[in-house]
Amino acid sequence: MEYEAVIGLEVHTELKTASKAFCSCSTAFGGEPNTHVCPVCLGLPGVLPVINRQVVEFGLKTALALNCRVAPFCKFDRKNYYYPDLPKNYQISQYDLPLATGGYLKINVDGQERVIGITRVHMEEDAGKLVHVDGPGGGYSLVDYNRTGVPLLEIVSEPDLRSPAEARAYMEKLKAILQYLDVSDCKMEEGSLRCDANVSVRPRGSQTFGTKTEVKNMNSFRALQRALEYEIERQIAILEGGGRVEQATMAWDESRGVTTVMRTKEQAHDYRYFPEPDLVPLEIDAAWIERVRRELPELPDARCRRLMDTFGLPAYDAGVITSSRDLADYFDRVVALYPDAKVVSNWIMGDFLRLLNARNLEPGQAPVPPGELADLLKLQKEGTISGKIAKQVLEEMFASGKGARQIVQEKGLVQISDTAALGKIVDEVLAANPNVVEDYRNGKEKALGFLVGQVMKATRGKANPGLVNQLLKERL
Amino acid sequence: MELYYLTAHELSDLLNRKEISSEEATAAIIDRIEAVDGRVQAYLTRTAEQALEEARAVDAARARGAALGPLAGVPMALKDNLCTEGVRTTCSSRMLADWVPPYDATVVRRLKEAGAVMLGKLNMDEFAMGSSTENSRFYPTRNPWDLERVPGGSSGGAVAAVAAGEAYYSLGSDTGGSIRQPASFCGVVGMKPTYGRVSRYGLVAFASSLDQIGPITRDVTDCALVLEAIAGHDPRDSTSADLPVPDYRSSLKPEVKGLKIGVPREYFGAGMEPEVAAIVRRAIAKLEELGAVCEETSLPHTEYALPAYYLVAPAEASSNLARYDGVSYGLRVPGKDIIEMYMNTRSEGFGPEVKRRIMLGTYALSSGYYDAYYLKALKVRTLIRRDFEAAFEKYDLLATPTSPTVAFRLGEKAGDPLAMYLSDLCTIPVNMAGLPALSLPCGFSQGLPVGLQLIGRPFAEATLLQAAYAFEQSTEYHRRRPELGVA
Repeated sequence: MEYEAVIGLEVHTELKTASKAFCSCSTAFGGEPNTHVCPVCLGLPGVLPVINRQVVEFGLKTALALNCRVAPFCKFDRKNYYYPDLPKNYQISQYDLPLATGGYLKINVDGQERVIGITRVHMEEDAGKLVHVDGPGGGYSLVDYNRTGVPLLEIVSEPDLRSPAEARAYMEKLKAILQYLDVSDCKMEEGSLRCDANVSVRPRGSQTFGTKTEVKNMNSFRALQRALEYEIERQIAILEGGGRVEQATMAWDESRGVTTVMRTKEQAHDYRYFPEPDLVPLEIDAAWIERVRRELPELPDARCRRLMDTFGLPAYDAGVITSSRDLADYFDRVVALYPDAKVVSNWIMGDFLRLLNARNLEPGQAPVPPGELADLLKLQKEGTISGKIAKQVLEEMFASGKGARQIVQEKGLVQISDTAALGKIVDEVLAANPNVVEDYRNGKEKALGFLVGQVMKATRGKANPGLVNQLLKERL
Repeated sequence: MELYYLTAHELSDLLNRKEISSEEATAAIIDRIEAVDGRVQAYLTRTAEQALEEARAVDAARARGAALGPLAGVPMALKDNLCTEGVRTTCSSRMLADWVPPYDATVVRRLKEAGAVMLGKLNMDEFAMGSSTENSRFYPTRNPWDLERVPGGSSGGAVAAVAAGEAYYSLGSDTGGSIRQPASFCGVVGMKPTYGRVSRYGLVAFASSLDQIGPITRDVTDCALVLEAIAGHDPRDSTSADLPVPDYRSSLKPEVKGLKIGVPREYFGAGMEPEVAAIVRRAIAKLEELGAVCEETSLPHTEYALPAYYLVAPAEASSNLARYDGVSYGLRVPGKDIIEMYMNTRSEGFGPEVKRRIMLGTYALSSGYYDAYYLKALKVRTLIRRDFEAAFEKYDLLATPTSPTVAFRLGEKAGDPLAMYLSDLCTIPVNMAGLPALSLPCGFSQGLPVGLQLIGRPFAEATLLQAAYAFEQSTEYHRRRPELGVA
């Protein structure tokens, strides 16, 4: 039987407000443990939370960017459970009246656009972090409350995703939107973007849902995709074997590449949600919503269309470049200096992104400023350097932080376009390879490539490739 | 009258006229505490040295000619669920027996700014759960009028201290009657302000939607002075109302002419001691005599207030008290793993009444029971609020007994939680509706004080104070003091 997966994602993103959700402590990541704390976020007896207006503002921006309906009236609730990283042993969250509902975002997988529903967007507070210290008798644990009370948005999708690739595309799009809005850093490795997945499978064509599991502990886009692929296969294998999928919470084990049961249905928590009596309900008036809507920045889809319309870029190129606000900004700055947009996009999508990824850098952290990349492209266009050398120079620019012209000069990489000088080298290559020359004359076209390669080698790549071809053909 | 039995405003007059210094008054109260608290057991923590220092500072300011408010230099004390920076705040629980807050509650900060002199922290039912102060995990407080009887609760220590001359006034907290019922039992004035009138920041929460801090004083004038000092919006408490604070003292005119007072018949029902009912009715007649228009009325959902309260309050408490887990402060009783540590800590840290309410509340919020219990209770709460709203369309005030009985004997109800809960029958509906109410002495039954409860519209504390003041000025009950002779 053929199966299809049904996937819904619950995404948590830390908002980059200056202060925490319910107190004035800093939200900065990576401080000394327990230095960004106060009686309120430590949950000491007698304290009360006060909502940070910026949290609501960021929530509104996100909700509107995701095409949601903002509730004119929403409230906070307490989610009760015991865990030592949660000082009050309840989390302030939103339950039955969230900030916003009923939105969507568009994804594009293999050239096919799909609209994915957003069930709800709500505000809540983050928990602290446990640090386990090994020792005799199992060791002990320490708690760092710096993250406690940092504002989170939970964004829940409809079960509209049908493959791990779509789930990944959804996450990437969501991340792009959040970054365009400048509401979150979206660093999965630092935990500022987290994702749980609800997954089930069903025979293709079926309209009813299968029993779902919830998969947690996926700390990268790659982990999300791998975990979903594994979990879907696992569920299919159970059904194929005549078994039944048990409702459970699963944890993705990155090192072993498997999902394992964390909690069964019987062990599920009863969170005993009830309205948070320490906070008054939020009334968000139309004027506030409209102001936020007016101030929304250009979002990935609009920017993608703009790149296509303005520069005639193919949809694929525009999609890649606008997948990150910083990357799109980078593109815009290079194009302003070097107006051949397709050449710029080829370089950015190719070597530039490859070098960034190799260094694990975000586009905003590129060591090569846009002006320097434009210079490099100009050098190539002027014929000062060859395309092949240009790639080397870009690598050197990433490694040393030096400018393109400086590297070309220091390393003597200027292209050799002097017919006399190059002719001499061509003659030497032909003399040294009589057999290859013979092959070419006998109709072996490929032999020409070998000879070009030999000339390039002799000039350490600096020969003007067009001129080399021309000179070789003249002599042959 | 002895210095320690003056009212705060009387002492304030002496201080202003420099007939006495705050240090002398404070020393006198400290002596009084030494003399009687062995029997009354109102205090859990005394801060005598600190109090004398604060008193000297106020005296110095006065000598410099600084402008001082009416509470400057007047010694007071606080129920032990109000956080005091550097002074342990136990909630009468083993859980917090050694906990020292790093911050002051907003009311404490406001009183300090007003020049208050703090004598110490006062006994209570553990986490404010109880009506007799017998649920203190340290020791019970005794009623200054009869040491074999309870002072009421949960603010028993705060009320007994004021009644016994061990503080000029105190602050208590009232979730279902915890200021008014003991005020009634001990013959003092106790007010629960409108929900939101006084900041709850720094009040260790029992039931957040019901808790309110209020003054406990020897007369209505002091009540007005203390309320004015602690009331007002606090950016640290989202539920505190952003409304101006009136000059309550100026509302103290002995006039009730034309004031319409409703007397809800449901508050005189079964369980009411006939003599208490008779005394309260006589007090209402007195108000009528003074010019108020009193008539019987009905609040038909009154009988459901108590059961609904015992769902809402424990539900909130079960969540509010979840933080006492032994992880980062308070009692920790080790265990082989974290779950066992939680269980050991909470088993030893909490007393039986607190455990009972945590269990009730956890149950009421549980999946499958939420609609039948918690949600239903919220609906009842709405009905109760509407009863009051309807009544306040006709009346300016409602007058009722504060408690169905006078102070009962120690141990009399300790084994019967339901009987104990009924002691708050007349006060609980007021918390459920978030209204202001005060209890003031209106007579004696078997030599024990009886309290009259006046209930007002939201934020109409001034009206309450005015009516109470008029009654007080035409009676002598507020001048009576317990004997508490030398033992």
